[in-house]
Amino acid sequence: MGENLLEVQDLKTYFKVKAGRVRAVDGVSFAVKPGEKVGVVGESGCGKSVTALSIMRLLPQPAGEYAGGSVLFNDQDLLDLPEKEMRKIRGGKIGMIFQDPMTCLNPTMTIGKQIGEALRIHLKLSKDEALKRAVSLLEQVGIPAAAERVNSYPHQFSGGMRQRVMIAIALACNPKLLIADEPTTALDVTVQAQILELINGVCTEFGTAVILITHDLGVVAGVTDRVVVMYAGKIVETAPTDELFANPRHPYTLGLLASVPRLDEQRHAQLKTIEGAPPNLINPPTGCPFMPRCAFARAICRTMPPLDPIGENSNHYKACWVDVTDPKEQAYAEKRRQARNERMLAVIKESALQTSEEK
Amino acid sequence: MLDTTVANEAPDTAVTNRPLVDIRDLKMYFPLTRGVIFQRLIGYVRAVDGISFSIRRGQTMGLVGESGSGKTTIGRTIVRLYRPTAGQMLFDGRDMAKLPREELRQLRQRVQMIFQDPYASLNPRFTIGSLIAEPMFIYNVASRKEIRERTAELLRVVGLRAEYIDRYPHEFSGGQRQRIAVARALSINPEFVIADEPVSALDVSIRAQVLNLMQQLQQQFQLTYLFISHDLGVVRHVADRIAVMYLGKIVELADRDEIYAAPQHPYTRALLSAVPIPDPKVEKRRRRIILSGDLPSPIRIPSGCRFHTRCPLAQSICREIEPAFAPKEGREHYAACHFSERVAPID
Repeated sequence: MGENLLEVQDLKTYFKVKAGRVRAVDGVSFAVKPGEKVGVVGESGCGKSVTALSIMRLLPQPAGEYAGGSVLFNDQDLLDLPEKEMRKIRGGKIGMIFQDPMTCLNPTMTIGKQIGEALRIHLKLSKDEALKRAVSLLEQVGIPAAAERVNSYPHQFSGGMRQRVMIAIALACNPKLLIADEPTTALDVTVQAQILELINGVCTEFGTAVILITHDLGVVAGVTDRVVVMYAGKIVETAPTDELFANPRHPYTLGLLASVPRLDEQRHAQLKTIEGAPPNLINPPTGCPFMPRCAFARAICRTMPPLDPIGENSNHYKACWVDVTDPKEQAYAEKRRQARNERMLAVIKESALQTSEEK
Repeated sequence: MLDTTVANEAPDTAVTNRPLVDIRDLKMYFPLTRGVIFQRLIGYVRAVDGISFSIRRGQTMGLVGESGSGKTTIGRTIVRLYRPTAGQMLFDGRDMAKLPREELRQLRQRVQMIFQDPYASLNPRFTIGSLIAEPMFIYNVASRKEIRERTAELLRVVGLRAEYIDRYPHEFSGGQRQRIAVARALSINPEFVIADEPVSALDVSIRAQVLNLMQQLQQQFQLTYLFISHDLGVVRHVADRIAVMYLGKIVELADRDEIYAAPQHPYTRALLSAVPIPDPKVEKRRRRIILSGDLPSPIRIPSGCRFHTRCPLAQSICREIEPAFAPKEGREHYAACHFSERVAPID
């Protein structure tokens, strides 16, 4: 305690819908130290964004519901704060960047005003001071001719430039923590590289801690110190970045890593995939949520595995019963994978045969 | 002109030797007008500015570039969603650019398209069964009962359950919807499929599923693909030959392995270095070529080499003279750059 900037403990966020309760985040705990860069990785619908929104207390109301847990920021529970206090934290102590820079900027306000807004509210700067600071922020995020561009409107910027403006706004008040929710997903690869470099550089310079949320393990590899892998509202594996990539231990992490075509490796005839889709979180399966898609699955997986450290004094945690490094387990998984592929291919082949006969 | 080389096919006649798709000096300009009543022409958006490539039957051409490079416009022009400004688009020897309406309709039956956003490309008011069956009704290929049977079969082929036939698109995830779009494209047995960023809107894990499916279908149904994407990592996996586009022109064209091992154009090299590699050790010692700035406007295309405004190797010659699209070292590897021999190999 105390040494962590942010401590999320057993956070549970549910949504009330007609069919029941969606357990979007279901008992998530992790911590972020000052200046640390943490990646949160998982597929759409696994609860990464809801975790971020829960920390910021931006859940859609009245559907969203905190069903338990706490979010300690500087040892203060954000979930207990009155709304007035919380407003001082948002944009002041914690900055946030969203996925789509097209919809997050106000189209009727100049860029300078939007950056200055945070400065005037949180730091009580005057109009002129705020504008001056906005110019220097724009320079820092790499926008050329910043002094003229402050008076432009968002539609006059490209996607990458808008994301730079978002970063300038998020960092305007020199926050302790920056939450970046899929900051590069809507951008081209070339621009993605620029933006990641920028986030990494600026946050290292300011000593800002970062939570980087993404579905792409490639994105977190170069930027983060530690990675949290989420699946179906739960953390399934977490480790320092180097360790996680060198030695992934959860079948889901393995699957995520294998499904990215790597440029620095030989090309494979077929990509490895994770079959199926994430489960419905209204009535999640009991036991390990990944079981229906997991090639390693066996009977014991019907009980939920705890998130335990691998070995003693390890900072590598996984929630899985199976030891994926065991060659016997690997052979078993490979056999199941192949059988599944063959079944799929048989259907396609049969149809192709019929089609060619018709022709 | 620029032939994709293929080894495993034994040509029995001159017809099979001919590329299925042959695009020659294709131009697509969109006029820009000002004023409401008297629409004065003030210029053109040169979205596609003189492009040539060809695709052999059963092969995949990957078309890569940033947003705004004109890659989507090429796909849409080939199916004649637009009328091209100039150039030829030979499909199986016939020029799609000039065909009269009815013949075009017949030819289009052999060309299908898969779009980027499966949330937008499937009408939410139709069941997926009727969405998949629609092309078959349009071309009147079979009786109602046969079409329904074929639809159910197509669902199984793309890995969905045949019972889903009467469900609506909103009941499916992004990856499943893209499978439905694939099934629809396949429904009338096309020969040529244009896939415009078919996996960009999907999660990486789901991307692999759809890519594998498209590849299996290609092998089994002998499809020819034009695969459009901004991601060189994805294209490497599916394409036999790759064309890199920049601002309406192809800047480099080569066989797949060639382009990754020995890129000749600085833009290709920058694109390659921008693709993140999921390995922190590799990432940390990688030197990225970060391109400064954004794509220039296709209304005012830079003089000389159109890449010179962002090119790390640019010299004064690049501002003045447009480099020729020349074969390098006598191979089927073309690049448009004055200094391509200075482009270092990828580390």
